[in-house]
Amino acid sequence: MSNHSKAKQPVSDRRKFILNMAKGTGYAVIGGFLWSAYLDDAKASPLILRPPAAIAEKDFLKTCIKCGLCVEACPYDTLSLAKPGDHRPIGTPFFTPRQTPCYMCEDIPCVPVCPSGALDEASVTKNGKLDINSAQMGLAVIDENSCIAFWGIQCDACYRACPIMGQAITIEYDQNKRTGKHAYLKPVVHADACTGCGMCEHACVTEKASIFVLPREISMGKAGSHYIRGWDKKDEARLKDAHAIHTTTEVSKKKAVDKLNAGLEGLLDE
Amino acid sequence: MSKIWNNYRYLILRRVTQIGILVLFFGANAWGWKILEGNLSSSILFGVIPMSDPYAVLQMVVAGAVIASDLLIGVGVVALFYFLIGGRAFCSWVCPINMVTDSANYLRRVLDIDRAQLERSPISRNSRYWILGLSLIVSAFMGIAAFEFISPISMLHRGIVFGMGFGWAAIGMIFLFDLFVLKNGWCGHICPLGGFYSLLGKFSFIRVHHLEENCTLCMKCKVVCPEKQVLHMIGKESLPVISGECTNCARCIEVCDDDALRFSIRDFIQNKKMGE
Repeated sequence: MSNHSKAKQPVSDRRKFILNMAKGTGYAVIGGFLWSAYLDDAKASPLILRPPAAIAEKDFLKTCIKCGLCVEACPYDTLSLAKPGDHRPIGTPFFTPRQTPCYMCEDIPCVPVCPSGALDEASVTKNGKLDINSAQMGLAVIDENSCIAFWGIQCDACYRACPIMGQAITIEYDQNKRTGKHAYLKPVVHADACTGCGMCEHACVTEKASIFVLPREISMGKAGSHYIRGWDKKDEARLKDAHAIHTTTEVSKKKAVDKLNAGLEGLLDE
Repeated sequence: MSKIWNNYRYLILRRVTQIGILVLFFGANAWGWKILEGNLSSSILFGVIPMSDPYAVLQMVVAGAVIASDLLIGVGVVALFYFLIGGRAFCSWVCPINMVTDSANYLRRVLDIDRAQLERSPISRNSRYWILGLSLIVSAFMGIAAFEFISPISMLHRGIVFGMGFGWAAIGMIFLFDLFVLKNGWCGHICPLGGFYSLLGKFSFIRVHHLEENCTLCMKCKVVCPEKQVLHMIGKESLPVISGECTNCARCIEVCDDDALRFSIRDFIQNKKMGE
């Protein structure tokens, strides 16, 4: 009987409103998960080279408004905005050095035009002047297996293409033991000077570049504070930030001697 | 000739502004024009006046970005214009997607799809506000401007200026959706940017006014209106369109043969007397 009367009763506005809200929330939760999953995937593109003075990638992704003013300012058409299908965070500026490297303009036209602060002028300013040499777009790494200089064939294309020649890439001599009378002229990249402009990658003569630029987070390791160059005052300064971690276990609660004097019964139980 | 002008004057002007803006952006990238540089996300007019998409910046704020002063000024310029003057005019006078959905709409009328699909819309027109809210929540959680990563609007204007890629797919999707699935589906139901401007432009000065005494109830205005719920007063009362969802596209004004609709400056005192 109660069922019958319920069916006849009109659904109240309040009930309708609450149900509508619940429906909307349901859709929103489903949509939110799908959306977030897509974004999580879409923003995970670690192998992307940004314009000079770009802030850390994580902040760059939230700060860049994708207006393309840096792309328009670039006189060499080095930069482009990621299109759908480029498999890079959509709309953000990047460059591919093997196609067109950054030619390191002294006036860095791409940076001051950025309205959002995703390109930070201060990071490429030295003594009040723009200084492209302090840019850190990436770091060149060399595949010694395919670099023909490491085979003993003379090639210094990357060394000569480097805009900071003699600092970012140097040539090191080594004896070629195979022939006994020739020298290896091996290119070496120096992380403190390399800007990641990619002119070396662009110039590399091998079929696929044997020297190539990667984002610094990818191409650089980190020694951490366990290892310090004790002979270097500057490096030793890193210890200031280091802090010891004390872990206390059941065994290490007491001093070692006290623990041993107390007998080993407890330890052997396990 | 004057009849064509009379019946299409706003439509022609809208296409001129929509296409003109894109041409200026394109010229800035391709030939170095210094009139309007950037794209609809953020731009510079005459190398001086910054303009930025307030919705994009809102998402960035929620995502936790530090907003530079240039962007804030740009947002101020754009937001103030639509808040005080334009209302939701972005959608019909600037947004390039408008041309896509308008052509889908036109085809719907030509193919008489509207009459064949009379069932109730499966999606509420309020969905856009839900999506707007959701975009902010997702932005906060993911730490990036969520809608900017999927926005077909940005894909289109960015694509036209900087290269399209697979962006055509998204545009095609919207066209087919509006054509075969839901009338005014994208702009009138889903697009959170439209929802954003509906809220922002709710109190703007430029409004369409209806003069009931001239109306002959031909309902041509409701046929062309992309947000026909805002024209609820047609033939009933002389009222201004006060809903923020009106895009000020002015199609209703030009299709009206009886001078029952016209643009006017919002009259707040009259509103109080007649509307509320």
